[in-house]
Formats: sequence, C-alpha cells, structure tokens
Amino acid sequence: MSLELNASSYHYSEVNRIIRQAIFSGEKEIILTGVNGHRYLFAGVTSEIKAKIYGTPGLDLGCFMRGPKIEVFGNVQDGAGNTMDEGKIVVHGLGGDVIGYAMRGGKIHIYGDVGYRVGIHMKAYQDKVPVIIIGGKAGDFLGEYMAGGIIILLGMNTIYPERDIAGLFLGTGMHGGKIYIRGQIKEKYLGLGLKPYPLEKEDEKEIETLLQDYCADFQMDLNEVLKEDFIKIVPYTHRPYGKIYAY
Amino acid sequence: MWLLKEKTKEISGCGISGIINVRGELIPGQTIISSICCQNERGNGLGAGYAAYGIYPELKDFYALHVMAIDKTALERVDEILAHKTFITYQEPIPTRKVKTLKDTPLFKRYFVKPKFIEDLQRYCGEDDEDNYIVSLVMYINEKVDGAYVISSGKNMGVFKGVGFPSEIAEFFRIDEYKAFIWTAHNRFPTNTPGWWGGAHPFTILDWSIVHNGEISSYGTNRRYLELFGYKCTLLTDTEVVAYLLDLLIRRHGLPLQLACKALAPPFWMEIDEMEEEEKELYRAIRVVYGGAVLNGPFAILFAYNGGLVGLNDRVKLRPLVCAKRGNFYYMASEEAAIRVICQDPEKVWAPKAGEPVIVELEEGVIPNQRSYLRGRKREVEEDELRAECQFIPLQRS
Repeated sequence: MSLELNASSYHYSEVNRIIRQAIFSGEKEIILTGVNGHRYLFAGVTSEIKAKIYGTPGLDLGCFMRGPKIEVFGNVQDGAGNTMDEGKIVVHGLGGDVIGYAMRGGKIHIYGDVGYRVGIHMKAYQDKVPVIIIGGKAGDFLGEYMAGGIIILLGMNTIYPERDIAGLFLGTGMHGGKIYIRGQIKEKYLGLGLKPYPLEKEDEKEIETLLQDYCADFQMDLNEVLKEDFIKIVPYTHRPYGKIYAY
Repeated sequence: MWLLKEKTKEISGCGISGIINVRGELIPGQTIISSICCQNERGNGLGAGYAAYGIYPELKDFYALHVMAIDKTALERVDEILAHKTFITYQEPIPTRKVKTLKDTPLFKRYFVKPKFIEDLQRYCGEDDEDNYIVSLVMYINEKVDGAYVISSGKNMGVFKGVGFPSEIAEFFRIDEYKAFIWTAHNRFPTNTPGWWGGAHPFTILDWSIVHNGEISSYGTNRRYLELFGYKCTLLTDTEVVAYLLDLLIRRHGLPLQLACKALAPPFWMEIDEMEEEEKELYRAIRVVYGGAVLNGPFAILFAYNGGLVGLNDRVKLRPLVCAKRGNFYYMASEEAAIRVICQDPEKVWAPKAGEPVIVELEEGVIPNQRSYLRGRKREVEEDELRAECQFIPLQRS
C-alpha cells in the first residue's frame, strides 16, 4: 500500500498535512504527482519512508528531515535539503541555489547542474557525514563556509557547455570537509588560500564507494565517471579567518 | 496623506515574473496572473503590480500617462498641468472593480497625450525631444503635485499597481481584461521601505518598466547620480532608481543594452584582468565612468520596453532567477514553478549566470513604435536654438 496524491489543486500546507497524517498512520511509501512549487515538502519528517515526487517541488524540499528517501522526477528549486539530518534526495533533473544549505547528514544526488552556493556551511560530526554529488556543473560559491561533509562535482550531465565546471569563489571560508572535482579547475577561482590536491588512495576508495551509489541511482556507468582524474579541495586551516579577527 | 502601512515582518522575498512573445502576439492577462499568484508566498500583501505592453493599440502614438492620486484636488492639479503642457487626445478613469479587502484605494486616471509643441516646434522637435519632455513632465508632477504620481508614461503600455496581494491587485485593475505581448508582474515583500501604493512595483519612466526582488543598498549614491541628470526620486523605494538608470544609460547615453547591464552589475576586477586588452579597456572605462550607476546589493530584476524583456541578476546572484523558452514565448521568474504553471512543457529551462543579462527582443517590425537597444546609438543629438525650446518648462502659477 502506498499513498498516491495529486497535489496540483492543494496548497502546500495541505499537502504536508496529508503526508504527515499518512506517515503517522504507518504509511511507508508516498507518491506525489502534479507537484509545482509546493514548499517544505517532507520538512522535519523523521520516519524512514520512501517518496516519489513528479513535478517541480518548491523551496526547501526535505528541510530538517531525518530519514526519508525522496526521489524527484523533475527539477528542484532553491534550498532542497536545507539543514537535513538523515535520508536521501535523488533528483532526476537540475537543482537550484543553496542546495544542502547547512546539511548535517544524509545524501543529495543531483543528476544535472546546480545553482549558486550549493553546500554552503555543510557540517559533519563523527559518523554523520553529509554528501552532495552533482552530475553537472555548479555556480559560484560551491561549498562556501563548508565545515564538514563531502561534495563531489562531476561536470558531466550539463546543459551549459559554455560554462566552467564550477564558478568563482569555490570553497570560500572553508574550514572542514572535502570537495572532489572531476577534471581541472582554474586555481584563481578558488576561495582565498585554497589549492587543488591530487587524490590519495583512501580518497579514491571513498569517492568510488560514493559514486557507485550515485551511478546506481541514475543508471550511469561508474567506469566512465572514473575515467577522468579527480582533484581534491580541502581547507588549508580549520580557522581561515582566525588571523583576521585576532589582534 | 498616504497611508503607509506597517505590518509584522514575515520572512520571505519578493516574487517576479515576466513573459514575452517575440512575434508580438498578445497574451491574455490571466496568464501572468496565474504565474505571479503561484509565487503568492513570496509577498506579504504589501504590494503587487503588473506592466503590460501592447494594451492601447488605438492610441499607440500617444504617451499613456497612468496617474495615481490621493483625492480629487490632486487630480485636478494634474488635469490643469496636462491641459497647459500637453495635447490630450483622450482621458478616462482607469477601470477598476471593487475589491472588499482593498481599503483606501487612491484614484486612478489615464491620459493619452503628446507634448505641447506648437507651430515651428512641431517640425524641429523629434522623438528624443518628445521623450525628454515627457520625462521632465513626469518628474515635475511627481515632485510638485502633492498626492499625485504618474505611475507609467510610455506609449501603448501601462502599469497597474498597489497595496495588496497579486490576486487582489489583478482583480482591482481588471488585469484579466487586457492582452499584451510583454507582461511583467511583481509580488512584494517590502523590507526597508514602506508598503504604499506608489512604492509597489513596477517602476517606470517612458516605456521602461522594472520589477525587482532584492535591495538596492546603493540607492543613495544612485539617486544623487541621477539627480545630476534631472531625475527626481519621489516614490520612497530603492527600485525607482533602476528605471531612471535604464533611461539614462540606454536611451539618453545610447549604450548598447548588454553594456548598460554590465554598468549596473559590473564584472569583478579579477575577471576584467583576464580579458583581452580591448575588452579590458572597455570594462575599465565602464566601471570608471558609471561608478554612480553601479547597483550594489542583492537583486534579480526584470525590465521591459517597447521591444524587449531583460532579466538581470546582481553579480553574485543573491536572488533567484529562472528562464524558460517554448516556441515564440520566453519566460523569466523567481521560481521555476511560476513558469511551469503557465507553460507545462518548456523546450528549455535554465538559470542565468550572475550579472549576465538575458535579453529577449521582439522580431523586427512586429509592433508599432518598436525600439531595439541591442546595438546602442551612434548618432549625436544636434543642439540648436530652436530645439532648445523643445524643453519642458514648468507651469507658472499665478
């Protein structure tokens, strides 16, 4: 049994009310069709349910959630996975700005390109390591103020052949976590003081495991993804602004 | 005087939406209403508005002045000025419906006018002079007439705006009864400036109209810069400066549209350093000459004119903007959902880069009085004694 709901005639607050009620009564699978701009879907949901969304969910999809696995057949708008804690968002399309804002755990897999400030202020604690994998290209400020977690940028499934794989100011203010990039990046576009490094053995193992899961979600060929060399961006200190504020 | 409402602030951001049909075919008002209402949560009921191009085909050669007035006295004063300073071919109250939730609605009237150039002047004064005359006239009324404002002044276009949600303002101004080849709409969430009828978007001058999501923190600098050229900011809202900057840079200074956008949202110096020598010199010059025109702060704007629709972000993209295309239609909005609600199967959906304008002009020759600003203007304006008389001279009151 699963709940199937055509959301097109409902306001988002009503859709969220129905979802919560269904989960409360033990529903494990939810299918939403006709979604267009409905905000805060699955916000704060803490059950391990599965959901499929057809359409374009609105701002802050899955924010603060802990557990649900959401698959979106369409694009997601700004703020998907905002401060999410556990669970997974798989997007068969593009992502907007500030995806995974302050994310604390779980995974976000985006098939195509994403906007600006993706992964801003992601953080990690012990075994909670959030992961964002982007199949396309990213706008400026990817991983800005990043404090933990992993971002992998592939630059493969893009609708912007004319753009660089990532925008300006990548990793600005980064003080934790890792950003892996498939291919090269102009060093001067990195945030102040950052440098690209080649991958070490354990890095390779780490991205292979993560990309296996990603490729399975989109039926992509892992070997094809791994054909190109990756680079790694890590903070050069855990206190990049320590000297600026200390007199 | 004007009721400046203050409500408890809710966290949100403005919403914008725009549509253009590049063949100049007319789009029903209901389309733009659906799009902006899809972003209802982006506003808080303190402002909404619509700009429509192609709505006055029978009076296409006259400047359509939409006037908003607090009372009859203010309106009579405008009547008097226009009677002295323009040829009025037609005038009427702007048709409105009663909307229960809208209180204290001002009076709205539209006038279709030409500058009062008599005898010889009709031969000497050209289109530019007419435009300049209307700009001065609008500035004069907005500054000098207590309680009256010209809220749009272009040919074959008009702006309808006020304090309310987009659905309420659409109902009030009967937006569903108009058809236009370009529409823009705004749903307001005022941050630093009052939510009042004159402060709602779009802001306009001549056929320029602009809707904006964000904050122009350089308002003071921009305003002082514009004052040097005779523009008066009277509407208590940051976005007003953008309308006048467009008129100054593109129509009066003749900058190509693309370059004018780069003056408003200039590339970083580090990007300029990477350019080829000739380009580098150009962008340096733009930054030096137009320092007073730089828009600082977050913005996503849509602006339109008799001939095109343009979307532009600040150079670090602090506000959202999404574009789409299907056939002869182009769409631009704060949220993708606002496009998909009126275009279910777009051929292409994309997010423009920060500071990179998305320019969509109509095909050549599909509308009357069509303007194209892609190439900028070469010709220099000739000055002679007779043409000096084409200027607007304020009405002397006895």
